[in-house]
Amino acid sequence: MILIKTNINNMANLDKFREETKEWLDKNCPPSMRSGADPKIPVDEVWGGRNAEYKNPESKLWLDRMGEKGWTMPTVPKEYGGGGLSKDEVKVLNEELFRIGAKQPLLSFGIWMLAPVLLEYGSEEQKKEHIPKIIKGEIRWCQGYSEPGSGSDLASLATKAEDIGEKFLVNGQKVWTSYADKADWIFALVRTGPKEPKHDGISFLLIDMATKGVSTKPITLISGKSPFCETFFDNVEVPKGNLIGELNAGWTIAKKLLQHERAFISNFGLAAGMGSKRDIVSIAKKHLGEENGKINNGFYRSEISSHKIKEHAFGLTLKRAGDEGGKASATASMFKLYGTEHNKKRHELMVAASGINGVAWDGDEFDDNDKNLTRAWLRTKGNSIEGGTSEVQLNVISKRVLGLPSQ
Amino acid sequence: MKLVLSEEEQFLKDTAKNFAEERSPISHFRSLRDNNDRKLWDKDIWSEMVKLGWPGILIPEEFGGSNFGVTGIGVILQECAKTLTPSPLFATGVLGAYAISEFGNDEQKNNYLPKIVNGEITTALAVDETSHHDPYATELIAKKSNSGFTLSGKKIFVIDGASADLLIVLARTSGSKGDSTGLSLFIMDSNQSGIEAKKLDMADSRNYANIYFNDVSIDESSLLGDLETAGETVESILDIGRIAMSAEMLGNAESAFEITLDYLKQRKQFGALIGSFQALQHRAAEMFCEIELTKSSVLAAMRAADENSNELQRLSSLSKTVAGETLHLVSNEAIQMHGGIGVTDEYDIGFFLKRARVTEQIFGSAKYHTERYANLSGF
Repeated sequence: MILIKTNINNMANLDKFREETKEWLDKNCPPSMRSGADPKIPVDEVWGGRNAEYKNPESKLWLDRMGEKGWTMPTVPKEYGGGGLSKDEVKVLNEELFRIGAKQPLLSFGIWMLAPVLLEYGSEEQKKEHIPKIIKGEIRWCQGYSEPGSGSDLASLATKAEDIGEKFLVNGQKVWTSYADKADWIFALVRTGPKEPKHDGISFLLIDMATKGVSTKPITLISGKSPFCETFFDNVEVPKGNLIGELNAGWTIAKKLLQHERAFISNFGLAAGMGSKRDIVSIAKKHLGEENGKINNGFYRSEISSHKIKEHAFGLTLKRAGDEGGKASATASMFKLYGTEHNKKRHELMVAASGINGVAWDGDEFDDNDKNLTRAWLRTKGNSIEGGTSEVQLNVISKRVLGLPSQ
Repeated sequence: MKLVLSEEEQFLKDTAKNFAEERSPISHFRSLRDNNDRKLWDKDIWSEMVKLGWPGILIPEEFGGSNFGVTGIGVILQECAKTLTPSPLFATGVLGAYAISEFGNDEQKNNYLPKIVNGEITTALAVDETSHHDPYATELIAKKSNSGFTLSGKKIFVIDGASADLLIVLARTSGSKGDSTGLSLFIMDSNQSGIEAKKLDMADSRNYANIYFNDVSIDESSLLGDLETAGETVESILDIGRIAMSAEMLGNAESAFEITLDYLKQRKQFGALIGSFQALQHRAAEMFCEIELTKSSVLAAMRAADENSNELQRLSSLSKTVAGETLHLVSNEAIQMHGGIGVTDEYDIGFFLKRARVTEQIFGSAKYHTERYANLSGF
């Protein structure tokens, strides 16, 4: 009986929370940030940070309001600037945001990667210093992991941080730093123990990009875009208080963060497949024609159906993992591998089904959809490389999940 | 729809796992095959399954069943398939039990369901007439007569057709081959005069028959469901069958994979365990992913069946496709990774391959269901 009563109380509380949320969103979500927005108003991709620029002032307003509530990270405790909501309340919040078609207020590596490990490994002072700024979008973060000589073999990284008393002196180079040219701070892996075995000499360090000696240079990709940079550290002085966790214990934190990153990349691939305006069926119908609602080419139709089935099965597997409340570590590699390989395949199919329009590059003779698809297709080639290649994921699964022996 | 097993379902799965391992290890199947038994399943094992209540899982409580649902019987079939347990559970406990519970009239339910529950009768569903699954290709004709109907024609590849006591037969009462309309289902004793079952020898050494109907007279009360509604009703029975068979195929794939993984951890060549070779590790990891996807697909389909979801048909085709493709991959890789021993009859792994290819065909191949999925998805 007591149990039942508690449940009823919970439900009543949730209903109340839903009402309050509805009311708050009604008042605070600006018109151009929800579905039905005027298409003439420019759309911002909001990453926040010290140098953020907004084409639409309502993008900033929406970020500020959501950030103030802590609803960009709704489960984080209020003392760190989060929403302090329960899982059930977050579900309600998401449903209400979805209902009005609210735009995501903030895209952030801080939210997806850094904040979760800060919560686990950071000191009280570090949490209070950094997490609220992540949540409010005041500081934009980037990730300093890969180096020119350390790709898949990340633990061989060479960027060194020497102990010079009150500070570390950092020298070296990172590569594939997403948006380093726009970020305010970087979370970086640095070598602090040059004599220790390679995994045991790495530390996890936070560095302000405005510090003297930090510089960046964008890398142009095959898609023609430059989301990544090279980042250089030339005698950069970093306060010791910016070390997260113990000295030389950074590899554990790095791996944990990679799991968050992998989960994010695989979810991203899937979400892109399910919700995006690039729908493979409509692309195929447009370029190959349709008859009685069927794609007018049996070969493509069968390949697309096979692909859709796999996508559906993958979505069900993500759902099952969620329902099981599972240990992310065992499955993160599988999701990263499958999500990215699937996303590549989907783009290959869309390009093929578009015929010659699928390789449009520029100019007025092609429409934006075709040109954007070409760029997006090229971008997916990096999905199975960044955050650990597919081959690395297969190694992780064989060794950690299947227990196959090392050579 | 929660994609985790309930405590009761997990308990049922554990019970089935223990039962299969203790009472029906792979050696049990091997001995039935070697003795060339007509039924190719064992009466004592079946009686024990009956005592455990398994044939009644899809049957309502008022007829003695437990009404425990497709997920319940699915996890049992999955576990039994791991040791290749042959039994009438699929044809009787899934197809027969569901068809009669769902579409039988009161008399038929009272007549047959308690007998299925207590193991007195087994059933078979006779649908196909062509080498590729195609219920609408039915030509077997049921002609109206004074007292009822007269059946003439032939059904092929009937699961448990060599031993079933009761037959559920898809027949044409009007129209012609290829029409989804004009079809009706009939239920009758298999010893009815004019019925002849010729046992089939298939690669997986299970119980199948071609069944000949030579002017078989049955009365009006043999009709299962309304006249000429079988285009839909048989699809509904088949969907439950496809989902249950997918669960069985998942069990087959899981077991073949586990046996292979053990082998990779034992066999040495070039002075090393072959499981340490990356060429094999990556293929094993890929199989692991495919099996995980199959688990989710099968569970979602079983849940959809129990919740009578409007996604049932699509998820049935999804699970049969995913299970079919996964099992195809795993059964081939299992042989290859075993090397020479994998192609010997003495070693068990070949049984999984032979069983795989037959189950891939049952009620529609992956290709059939990929096409059906496209149709149901509107492209």
